[in-house]
Amino acid sequence: MYQILKQIVKTGIKTEAAPQPDEAMRVEPQRLQQQILDVLGRALAIRHVDAGSCNACQLEIQAVNNAYYNIEGLGIKFVASPRHADILLVTGPVSRHMETALKLTYDATPEPKLVVAIGDCARDGGIFGASYASCGGVASVIPVDVMVSGCPPTPSAILQGILTAISAQK
Amino acid sequence: MPIKHPNLQPEPMNGAIPAWHGKIAAGDLQPICQGVRDGGGRLLALWGSDWRVTQHGFVLHTLLVNEAGLVCLNLPLAEDHPVYPDISHIFPQANRMQRAAYDLLGIYAHEGGDHRKWLRHGAWHSGSFPLRKDFDAAQSRSDELDAYPFVHVEGTGVHEIPVGPVHAGIIEPGHFRFSVVGEKMLRLEQRLGYTHKGIEKRFESMTLQQGAKLAGRVSGDSSVAYAWAYAMAAEGIAGITPPARALWLRALFLERERVANHLGDLGYLGSDVALSFGFAQFWILKEQMLRNNAALFGHRYLMDRIIPGGVTADLSAEGRRMIEEECAMLEREVRLLRGIYDDHAGVQDRFIGAGRIEPKLAAQLGLCGLAGRASAQAWDARVQFPCAPYDRLDVQMATYRNGDVAARVIVRFDELLESLRLQREILVNLTGGDELAMPLEKLPGNGFGVGMVEGWRGEVMVAVHSNAQGNLARVHPHDPSWQNWPVLEHAVLDNIVPDFPLINKSFNLSYSGQDL
Ligand code: SF4
Repeated sequence: MYQILKQIVKTGIKTEAAPQPDEAMRVEPQRLQQQILDVLGRALAIRHVDAGSCNACQLEIQAVNNAYYNIEGLGIKFVASPRHADILLVTGPVSRHMETALKLTYDATPEPKLVVAIGDCARDGGIFGASYASCGGVASVIPVDVMVSGCPPTPSAILQGILTAISAQK
Repeated sequence: MPIKHPNLQPEPMNGAIPAWHGKIAAGDLQPICQGVRDGGGRLLALWGSDWRVTQHGFVLHTLLVNEAGLVCLNLPLAEDHPVYPDISHIFPQANRMQRAAYDLLGIYAHEGGDHRKWLRHGAWHSGSFPLRKDFDAAQSRSDELDAYPFVHVEGTGVHEIPVGPVHAGIIEPGHFRFSVVGEKMLRLEQRLGYTHKGIEKRFESMTLQQGAKLAGRVSGDSSVAYAWAYAMAAEGIAGITPPARALWLRALFLERERVANHLGDLGYLGSDVALSFGFAQFWILKEQMLRNNAALFGHRYLMDRIIPGGVTADLSAEGRRMIEEECAMLEREVRLLRGIYDDHAGVQDRFIGAGRIEPKLAAQLGLCGLAGRASAQAWDARVQFPCAPYDRLDVQMATYRNGDVAARVIVRFDELLESLRLQREILVNLTGGDELAMPLEKLPGNGFGVGMVEGWRGEVMVAVHSNAQGNLARVHPHDPSWQNWPVLEHAVLDNIVPDFPLINKSFNLSYSGQDL
């Protein structure tokens, strides 16, 4: 126990300032209403759905949980069910084999049902494109609010995408 | 020559790894496989090609490995009846590969016991095969649901828990079906293929350079390993060797990829046993490393830094100092954290004995990579087939016999520390001109090359066939997860359901890499 406490003290606080929302990422600003800002009054709940990524986008979403980005410190947490989620983070091109699961997840998510597409693949199919096995970008399957480009996008860009989705017009 | 058989005249292949290939007849497949198995060899990969347009019929490629190197057996199959003898009774790991070869190409194993679909769910009709050259995507499209015939376990008190494809955590999709009595797992059946996105077909429309990017995205956590294996295959076909400096840099990238992934896994393995301190600490270290990657080489995961012919990023003298400092810092911190994990009774209680695979079972099922080494399977491509620059690095292999979560944790710690040592060695040796790549625009016609690299998870193999014009005719990337996923079904038996996430994480297999 002593070693653990010593290490915690030595490590100190690594968390950096959160990025600002970026209006350039917004797809449908009109969907965002004041009520969503209110969401920040409590913990914002996020559900991640991998619809067919190469898994590097996940690595970066996992990284937003590390001490540097400390997403929980911003009052945002990852939840295990879409029924508890305010936002879906979707990675990857949507494989045809994940199309139904993604739609079902979307249907199970309560309003405001924000969708943030993470990565070039989620944006437009990326390097995998659209094919017999891939629907291409997320927007070809469910409505998307914010798109975050990058292959994979950095944790800051992902955080920025999430904040963009929840902040009303600024 | 690695295999002696009267009906096999293997020809040596050009390239960094000792490899041969040769044509065989159907009747020779099983005896040759049996011979390799009896000699302690393994099945590395199995795939097929459509040669109807260029030559005739289809071809089954069976890639075997033993102490001497790789041997690719090419078995021509008749166009109207593309069957081959089943080898899954010799190599159980062939089962899913054979089923995938049917789903994608329509070649099938005669007499195999299991003919269920594997990579196909419902996106294309059964009877249409995406990797055939005359595949018509629009005509073959289907919206069927999967309806996969799971095996049901019956008995008093047995019930099923289906999980996925969308999981609770931030991970890839797949379906697990547990049959349990109380908390104990009697059976696990996996259903994968959800992330199948047509990677192999996609390669066929790409140039050599675009293919390198795609190879680096077969499984993003192993981007360096795939890009290197792909480049190695291409360089073998072209008969070129990249500049020495490029090879040293590739090894540096590969070891950095290994360290970053091991750090991430060690963090999650801590939080899976309720030591969130472990996640916090290890992910700080991982983040520092990724940031150094971005600062030094321009990409956090080193994607697209390896190209056929060489590398695209160099290391400055200043960068070298940064890595030296990073290695020293990691060495200190990891040793300290290892001490904390070792001394933590609660952690060890959960790690020890969980998800055990005995060495005998590991050998029988072909468990490979880091999980294999934790079950006494002493294979590491960097040691067995040390291509440059590993021929000058003397990699120390980490092996243990216990085969449980604890052993897989120990292997990770050992390999991580060994990787730090290797990085320092590489920095010392990183001399030689400033040439980073030799141009490789296009492949010679009708070539065949294989590349194999020991990624952090295990052996990553990429096979490349070029057509008469020197374009990509067929590319088959193979992830070690193909071998290891089925073993996870055994590892969980008689463990309790709440230990599944921990056992699963201790293997940390790729979905994308096997779904393709
Ligand atoms: S955007 Fe890049 S990193 Fe993300 S899933 Fe696609 S290929 Fe992988």
